Amino acid sequence: MFRKLAITTATALSLGTGAALAAGGGGHVTDYDFTFEGPFGTYDQTQLQRGLQVYTEVCAACHGMTLVPIRSLSDPDGPGLTDEEVRAYIEMNFIEVYDDELQDWRPATPNDHFPEGSYEGAPDLSVMAKARAGFHGPYGLGLSPLVNGIGGPEYIASYLTHYTGEEMEQYGTYLYGNETFDGGWTQMAPPLWDGQVEYADGSPNDIESMAVDVSAFLMWAAEPHLMDRKQMGFTAVMLLILLSALLYLTNKRLWAPVKKAAKARQPAE
Amino acid sequence: MSGIPHDHYEPKTGAEKWLHRRLPVVSLIYDTIMIPTPKNLNWMWIWGIVLMFCLVLQIVTGIVLVMHYTPHVDLAFESVEHIMRNVNGGWAMRYIHANGASLFFIAVYLHIFRGIYYGSYKAPREVTWIIGMLIYLCMMGTAFMGYVLPWGQMSFWGATVITGLFGAIPFVGEALQTWLLGGPSVDNATLNRFLSLHYLLPFVILALALVHIWAFHTTGNNNPTGVEVRRTSKKEAEADTLPFWPYFVIKDLFALAVILVVFFAVVGFMPNYLGHPDNYIPANPLVTPAHIVPEWYFLPFYAILRAFDGEVWVVQLASFITGGIVDAKFFGVLAMFGSIVVMALLPWLDTSSVRSGRYRPMFKFWFWVFFIDFFVLMWVGAMPAEGIYPYIALIGSAVWFAYFLVIIPLLGVIEKPLPQPATIEDDFNEHYGDDDASGGTPSGERIPTPAE
Repeated sequence: MFRKLAITTATALSLGTGAALAAGGGGHVTDYDFTFEGPFGTYDQTQLQRGLQVYTEVCAACHGMTLVPIRSLSDPDGPGLTDEEVRAYIEMNFIEVYDDELQDWRPATPNDHFPEGSYEGAPDLSVMAKARAGFHGPYGLGLSPLVNGIGGPEYIASYLTHYTGEEMEQYGTYLYGNETFDGGWTQMAPPLWDGQVEYADGSPNDIESMAVDVSAFLMWAAEPHLMDRKQMGFTAVMLLILLSALLYLTNKRLWAPVKKAAKARQPAE
Repeated sequence: MSGIPHDHYEPKTGAEKWLHRRLPVVSLIYDTIMIPTPKNLNWMWIWGIVLMFCLVLQIVTGIVLVMHYTPHVDLAFESVEHIMRNVNGGWAMRYIHANGASLFFIAVYLHIFRGIYYGSYKAPREVTWIIGMLIYLCMMGTAFMGYVLPWGQMSFWGATVITGLFGAIPFVGEALQTWLLGGPSVDNATLNRFLSLHYLLPFVILALALVHIWAFHTTGNNNPTGVEVRRTSKKEAEADTLPFWPYFVIKDLFALAVILVVFFAVVGFMPNYLGHPDNYIPANPLVTPAHIVPEWYFLPFYAILRAFDGEVWVVQLASFITGGIVDAKFFGVLAMFGSIVVMALLPWLDTSSVRSGRYRPMFKFWFWVFFIDFFVLMWVGAMPAEGIYPYIALIGSAVWFAYFLVIIPLLGVIEKPLPQPATIEDDFNEHYGDDDASGGTPSGERIPTPAE
């Protein structure tokens, strides 16, 4: 932050604002509002549960999430499933893991991690929401992320909702036009369509709603302790402000006689 | 210590006398923290304490992190995520450690700028300055190797680019690079030795920091006027100074607490702001990131490294004279290391008889040019090497070298300095005698002075 502020001073703010677009197409990011933004933001548990459903029914067909333990679905700060619900989740979705000792596949237990993706080209989604930046600039000054956040979940939601509908074939691979993906063409076919996932609570299930829900879920997957962290940040900042105030008063009092003496002995002008 | 007359430790009780005859450790501690300190130090003199705090913070959090970290190419990334998810408070440890590195560098840069502005490097403090530069080099090495440990994409490719610099050295480069990496490319052997050295170097820094403190306790602190403390009598020395404890300890702790408010706001609310998202992608030797960008604190030097490409006439000339031994790549490496060497040589490049920049009108102007240049280089170091950016980097690098090699030596000759106060006491009395004391604020001071 200091660097960015310092650079701002240095360049005297002669530069405009607005996110710089990546060269060669792509780069569009919509600044979706998420509940976990800002110093007091928290995850919306029902949204995480919806996002889990989208992940399970859509993303998990190809992608893996190997760094996330399945048991963490019962974190109170996360989707907050009960232990029984976690077991039922494993059973209902036939989640299996490869066991090195058995040298065979077996049903997962809550202590196992989510399985690997089944399609080699699909990147693991464990920390995807931190591995992409929605906001850069302007001009590499980092002012946009200072205000808007780094924008990982915004990037994912924008990516899922900004397919152009164009297709092309290149070296035997199909590429799909996307306004967010760097370069403007991505290998993933549009994964969502309206009404694809039936939410139990009857929440809207248009493409955009599902994209936002799954992005929130992936942010939780990448940063399960976000709420703890913001809590700690707030407590630490408050305590340190108090400590600063006390030290300020101590310092003022300590130096007062020295400064008073200085005033008395001020050289005559 | 410091040749400034002051009261020394006298063992009083029987136990103190017993210990003092065998090991004068209490005396050492007493004289260290009671050192007479110029009473006119301003708020730019707080960074030393902040730096010491950073070093301890990094060592403590680092020791905890290494208990849970696995230095293996297949497991490193995963073990960092293990720390983030499963280790109690592990996420806090890691975020504090990662952002602690940034705080460390912010503090060291402001500390160095303070030294440059107030001439703290000048006689008799050259050794303090040189040791400081060694500490800074060790810090850069430590930070660089630490960034490799999470084994993300930027870790891997940053390591590849930076160790590649050694490969640019003529004749021995390739062998040297292989020796450093422990193999033909960045791999498991590299990761292991980087962890080992990342653990070792902070203790070297700690030792150097103690020598740094020893050195300036021998000469006494510099101060905003650059005028030395009077050593002729104890009375005069006491008029110029105050003991470090409690006056400066409390003042520095207050500043540290304010800085930590900002630090913990960053750790709590935006811990990945100063990092690069690509480092959350596991290292992949087969996929090169579009832009390989080092951490922000290396950017000015990275800009200097990249500024000297084959199209710059100085580089072409060097290549022609040396018969191609100094090619563009090696020239860049020389320029990068040279940019720090010229800074280390500052005590001998500066010809001015006046120590503090406060009384040097022309120096003041050039100092701020240099200060801005540092941030321009930092910014351009993060930009892709295309379009106008290489030209900006080249101008910035030229200003950097010109500042140390031309402007600073020349200023001492052509500049007419302003009158300096006779004593520190005069400066202090003048500053605080005024009812609104803000009038006398030295220009190097950027933090408001609520307490003074």
